Amino acid sequence: MSQETTMDVTLRVWRQKGPDQPGRFETYAAKGVTPDMSFFEALDMVNEELVVKGEEPIAFDHDCREGICGTCALTINGQPHGPDRGATGCQLHLRAYKHGDTITVEPFRARAFPVIKDLCVDRSALDRIMAAGGFISVNTGSAPEANSIPVPKAKAEAAMDSAACIGCGACAASCPNASAMLFVSAKISQFALLPQGRAERERRALAMQKQMDREGFGNCSNEAECEATCPKDIKIANIARLNREFLRAVFCSNEKHPETDGQEE
Amino acid sequence: MTMKLDARIPDGPVEKKWDKHRFELKLVNPANKRKYDVLVVGTGLAGASAAASLAELGYNVKVFCIQDSPRRAHSIAAQGGINAAKNYPNDGDSVRRLFYDTVKGGDYRAREANVYRLAQVSNSIIDQCVAQGVPFARDHGGTLDNRSFGGAQVSRTFFARGQTGQQLLLGAYGALMRQAGKGAVKLLPRREMVELVVVDGVARGIVVRNLITGKLESHAGHAVLLCTGGYGNTFYLSTNANSCNVGAAWLAYKKGAGFANPCFTQIHPTCIPQSGEHQAKLTLMSESLRNDGRVWVPKNKGDRRAPGDIPEAERDYYLERKYPSFGNLVPRDVASRAAKQMIDEGRGVGRTGLAVYLDFADAIKRQGQAKIAEKYGNLFDMYHHLTAENPYQVPMRIYPAVHYAMGGLWVDYNLMTTIPGLFCLGEANFSDHGANRLGASALMQGLADGYFIIPYTVGGWFAGNKFPKVDESHPAFRAAEASAAGRVKRLLEVRGKRTPVSFHKELGRLLWNNCGMARNEKGLREALERIPAIREEFWKDVMVPGSGADFNQALERALRVADYLEFSELLVRDALERRESCGGHFREESQTPDNEAKRDDANFSHATVWEYAGEGKPPIQHREPLEFKDVVPSQRSYA
Ligand SMILES: Cc1cc2nc3c(=O)[nH]c(=O)nc-3n(C[C@H](O)[C@H](O)[C@H](O)COP(=O)(O)OP(=O)(O)OC[C@H]3O[C@@H](n4cnc5c(N)ncnc54)[C@H](O)[C@@H]3O)c2cc1C
Ligand code: FES
Repeated sequence: MSQETTMDVTLRVWRQKGPDQPGRFETYAAKGVTPDMSFFEALDMVNEELVVKGEEPIAFDHDCREGICGTCALTINGQPHGPDRGATGCQLHLRAYKHGDTITVEPFRARAFPVIKDLCVDRSALDRIMAAGGFISVNTGSAPEANSIPVPKAKAEAAMDSAACIGCGACAASCPNASAMLFVSAKISQFALLPQGRAERERRALAMQKQMDREGFGNCSNEAECEATCPKDIKIANIARLNREFLRAVFCSNEKHPETDGQEE
Repeated sequence: MTMKLDARIPDGPVEKKWDKHRFELKLVNPANKRKYDVLVVGTGLAGASAAASLAELGYNVKVFCIQDSPRRAHSIAAQGGINAAKNYPNDGDSVRRLFYDTVKGGDYRAREANVYRLAQVSNSIIDQCVAQGVPFARDHGGTLDNRSFGGAQVSRTFFARGQTGQQLLLGAYGALMRQAGKGAVKLLPRREMVELVVVDGVARGIVVRNLITGKLESHAGHAVLLCTGGYGNTFYLSTNANSCNVGAAWLAYKKGAGFANPCFTQIHPTCIPQSGEHQAKLTLMSESLRNDGRVWVPKNKGDRRAPGDIPEAERDYYLERKYPSFGNLVPRDVASRAAKQMIDEGRGVGRTGLAVYLDFADAIKRQGQAKIAEKYGNLFDMYHHLTAENPYQVPMRIYPAVHYAMGGLWVDYNLMTTIPGLFCLGEANFSDHGANRLGASALMQGLADGYFIIPYTVGGWFAGNKFPKVDESHPAFRAAEASAAGRVKRLLEVRGKRTPVSFHKELGRLLWNNCGMARNEKGLREALERIPAIREEFWKDVMVPGSGADFNQALERALRVADYLEFSELLVRDALERRESCGGHFREESQTPDNEAKRDDANFSHATVWEYAGEGKPPIQHREPLEFKDVVPSQRSYA
């Protein structure tokens, strides 16, 4: 049951005016917070105090605040999304900390995620990877009767496990090589597991992988940091499946490595 | 100019209307489609499905959203499921029954023709989503599984664990990104619409604020589709995401679009209770949980024992007691009011007494924990993260919270507002749910609008009209930019002492208390006096730091709060004028002897549509009378 004790913590926050400006840490006191409060509500509190003083609040991206939209992208004490396993930063509560703690907050760090301001980064690279092949090509209206495509329950469940990815980019932010393999492999796996996705599996694997390389994400060297960080517990077994799909596409199909020039911004 | 409401409902029997209309709508020649520019504002289920489908047809599409990626629109958070009349369980469902349940669930305040069409296209939505690779739950034989939702006695809800909205949106987002990859859609994320541009009475463009640079950008088109979601955040605390707002709809209203039934807001019975003043939002626990969870409070007032220590005989499973035929699956408005009643009687639970229990012990005993985890695992995890309590072991504590907007921009059968060329889809319009939306029907409606209705009706609009050339150099765009820039400048210049959020909180509290689960004349009148005072205070004393030419989240919030402070007055006025109870709108003056909502069909069987009359002037009230030919209105009963 919820306690009503209060405590004080110190926030060390990355402030950066814009993409090309230098950044630095600033320190803020969050006084009288409660263990029930979410970490973001402590940031809100600090921001309210800054606004009253006419100072610019700390910019940070957030929307659903329940771990599903993938908008929040904070590195908390060095860990993307903070200390709780299987949770996003917005699900972190102050009960994870004690009176007097200092909490360091930075944006997600990855070459492909340039800083926009303070704690906000640009993750449009992930959208461009999806535009390259993260879909099943079926126009509205041309779908067959839903139950005409039976899917074994276990396959459907496994596809759902992969499909649970929220596209936050924490995998890339936690990877020493800033690789987005977990993100890409989750989508590839979802479709590889389902009969609907089979028709264009080769094209999809080649196109998404190629776009990922273009965006400046690194390669996977099996560090498995991504799996430990993923707020949705996406497994690195997906990466093994991606590798199989990729090899299959390169060696066993007539599919050309597609040119994905002219992608939309 | 006064507003004309022509719903353009095709004649003929209800089940033939849509076919007939589709045949009569004029078509655009395939080669000509690329000459038409469509501006789609919003990338939730409604916007993403519309944009993708229109681009597939060959139209030029631009898509705008506030989030950094279209995939993060608020639809992503929908949990429990989506309805369709497939009748896979063979339990008596049909298009007609889905139609009937929706009209009845909405307490006979929706337009029959639209609801029938919604039920008709519902099955195609499931087909489309499955083909896109949406991993719906399945049975061992590989066919699709269903669950039940409130207000229905059949199992017609398709689901992907407790994250159905996410999976449906990712399907629509995939379709959208496919078109973006081909160059048929131009994506403009991190943009907020700040003006609608109307030329010669026709919607011809929008002005958006680039949220990164602060620049105002003009976009001209032949049709504007508002798919901008609901206004639940007007109440400050709601289950909606932070960026949900009323801005785009409000701008349209001020440019002449009728706003229908703003007082129809849905308060969802099962949300995690507020834990303190600091709280920024409330978290939903899906209605699907009521398939297996039992709602109860102690029989005795002030019983403070831990739930496990309260013996069976001293528990009141009040929904099962009061509504034996629907039990825990009564519609939301009924369940919310019943919870409020228990709490008002002093039988609430938890530290604050502002909660009731949702208990899974029986279901876990019957089905095993693994089965419950398979159905609701992510919801249980969410609850655990938030409360640090394990719902597999102790019952969840839940409380009603603002969740959904049935009201919205008035649209005709073509989903066009009273401004020609301006369409409105999804939660932002008023069309299908009357005074109360049934669970799992918002996802259905958003996708019906976007995939299966708008592609036809927008075509009809293009083919049936001539469009004088209007591009971004038109003076109307300069005027619109100037007006938006003026608003930003005024806000930055106030430099007062209070934050935008503090005003939002004050407004939210007032609305929750005076225009929430129960409303009465005195409270509503009081709110009507307070709102203008808060608004005045806001414009005198708000502090918005930083500049307009920059990424400025305080400014974004201030602009939205300014809209709430205007819109809420309309919401309350509408609640005052509707002197009956219906669905989510409960007027204490109008109840049955056993405290159920009492409708007044003789005087209120209509949609109230408000027309903007200019600043400081009271809005003009219009009515669209509702005719019921296929579902005979009766006092709703779930007992
Ligand atoms: C927690 C939760 C759970 C739910 N679960 C279910 C469920 O299980 N089943 C069900 O049927 N319904 C459910 N609902 C309701 C349902 O999710 C919504 O009604 C529906 O998703 C709304 O979709 P939409 O496309 O109309 O709008 P949204 O998904 O809200 O999208 C709005 C879009 O408009 C954009 N936008 C808004 N204003 C502007 C502006 N001024 N300029 C530019 N862009 C703008 C936003 O960026 C966003 O892209 C749930 C709702 C909540 C809150
Ligand atoms: S804000 Fe949506 S996942 Fe964190």
